[in-house]
This record gives sequence, C-alpha cells and structure tokens, in this order.
Amino acid sequence: MEQFINLEFVLGHMNYWFFVVLMMTGLYVVVARGNFLKKIVGLNLFQAAVFMLYISMGKVAGGTAPIFGDNPDYVYSSPLPHVLILTAIVVGIATTSLGLALIVRINEVYGTIEEDAVLHQDHLIAAEEAGVTPRHIPGEAES
Amino acid sequence: MELALTLLLFTLLVTTAIAIVFMTRLFAVVMLSGVFSLLAALLFIVMDAVDVAFTEAAVGAGISTVLMLSTIALTARSETPTRTSSWTPLAVVVLTGSVLIYGTLDMPNFGDPTAPVISGVAAGYIERTPSEIDVPNIVTAVLASYRSFDTFGEVVVVFTAGIGVVLLLSGLGRRRRRQGGSDR
Repeated sequence: MEQFINLEFVLGHMNYWFFVVLMMTGLYVVVARGNFLKKIVGLNLFQAAVFMLYISMGKVAGGTAPIFGDNPDYVYSSPLPHVLILTAIVVGIATTSLGLALIVRINEVYGTIEEDAVLHQDHLIAAEEAGVTPRHIPGEAES
Repeated sequence: MELALTLLLFTLLVTTAIAIVFMTRLFAVVMLSGVFSLLAALLFIVMDAVDVAFTEAAVGAGISTVLMLSTIALTARSETPTRTSSWTPLAVVVLTGSVLIYGTLDMPNFGDPTAPVISGVAAGYIERTPSEIDVPNIVTAVLASYRSFDTFGEVVVVFTAGIGVVLLLSGLGRRRRRQGGSDR
C-alpha cells in the first residue's frame, strides 16, 4: 500500500486519473442527458479522453516527436500510439457523421430530438395499434 | 514547466467538459466541444504527438463542429432538461470511474522509458525506418507503409459511413418542401 502514497507514483499516474475524469464526464452526458445531439457530443468527449490516454502512454520523458532530426542522440516518443489514434480519429468522425445523419432522420419522422418525447410517441403509437387507452404513459405525467 | 502546462490544459479541459454537461443551448454545447478538441490538440503537442494534434484540430475542431452546426440548423436549437433522476447515472459513472482508476494502478509511470509501449516493437520501427522506408517522419512510415492495409481498412470505413449518410439523408430537401407546401 505504501507504494501508492509516494509523490513519484502520484505524479506519474495523475495524467491517467485526469483522463478517467474526462472519460466519465463524457459517459455521464451520454447516460444522463436525453438530447440526442448532446449524447453524440458526450461520445466525442469519451473518445477524446481515450485518445489522450493512448498518446500519454507513448510519451518518453525528455523525448521528442518521432520525426528524425539531425542529432542522432534524440530520444523519440513511441510512434505506434500516434498511428493508432490517427486511424481512430478518422473512424470517429465517420461514426459521428453517421450518428448526426440518424438524428436528422429521427427529427424528420418524430419532430423532436429528445429521447423522452420519442419514447412517449412510440408508446402512444403502440397503444393505438393495440386499441387500448393506457392509464399511464411514461413521459406523459411530466409534460 | 511541462508539468505546469499539462496541469493548466487539464484544468481547462475539465472545465469545458463540465460546462458541456450543464449547458442547455445546443449552439454553446457544439462550440464548447470544438474548444475541447482544440485543447486536446494542444495537449497532444505537449505529449509529442504532432501528427495527431493537427488531425484532431482539423477533424475534431473543424469538420465535426461544422457537421454538428448543420445538424442543429436542421433540428432543434436547445435541449429540454431531463426530469428523470440523475442519481443512477452518477452512481454508474462513479463506479466505472473507480474501477478504471483501480486499473491504472498497475500502469508504468508517465514518461517511463522502460514501459512496454516504448521498449517493445516501437523501438524496432524507430530503428528500421531510416534504412527500410527512408522517410523522416516515423508515424508516416508506419501509417503508409508498414501498416498500410490498416489505413486502407480505415478508408473503407469512411466510405461505408459516407454511403450510410447519403442513404439516410437522400430526398430530405424534397420531402421538406412537399411537407411545407401541404401545411401552408
């Protein structure tokens, strides 16, 4: 347990803890907020935090960017996390754009981009199809 | 100096993220997400990832902000606050966060040159790139030569997403005009 209290350990792991905080903020936005666009922004926060975690693992103390210079004594940071994350950023924007297109389509059909309102309309449609008037429809009492 | 810079950037990043949680105007949320990406790009530069930094600045702060602004223009401008309890999500997030932090306890220190990420295959790439590829930028050498099939796969993913977006949005303008015409 003693190794977890010394200053070197805390300074060396502080970065990772900050990334966890950022990641969890993103997750909170995804889970707790009902607006679809905000959920996408939350996913982006989460994603960016994962990118930072990866990049920070490749950093060498006293190192420089992995581009060859004139001085052969340079220490280079690991280029592999950089390559992985470059690919991930591009794939991330592809999935984001697909999600945004889905939001536009949902708005076209339901007229709203709030999760509660979409669920409420779905319940109304389901009740109508079953031919019953439900006593309690989720989301109705609040609105 | 580097530590102070990192701490400053982290403070700004966390502030931006928390502002995103509480903001209900979507325009502000999207702008803050652009700011977040730009701060992330600065942090990438501090951590020696220059290629990642300019990709993040161009894609995260540029393209995705534009796409989100277009989405806002086509849908809604503000968020209706959710009425459901926020305690369950908070509990889930705190639990997940503590498990993740427990997971980081085994990781090597930040900047440790003996970490497996640095002393593993990466060292081999740095050693072989000048003789085998002869490109000064090692990231380019790995991305376009050693791992070019991965990059090809990435292009396929982007292409597929593009087809998906086109299929989802095709005829949007036409349907909007028809709807608007019948309403008025």
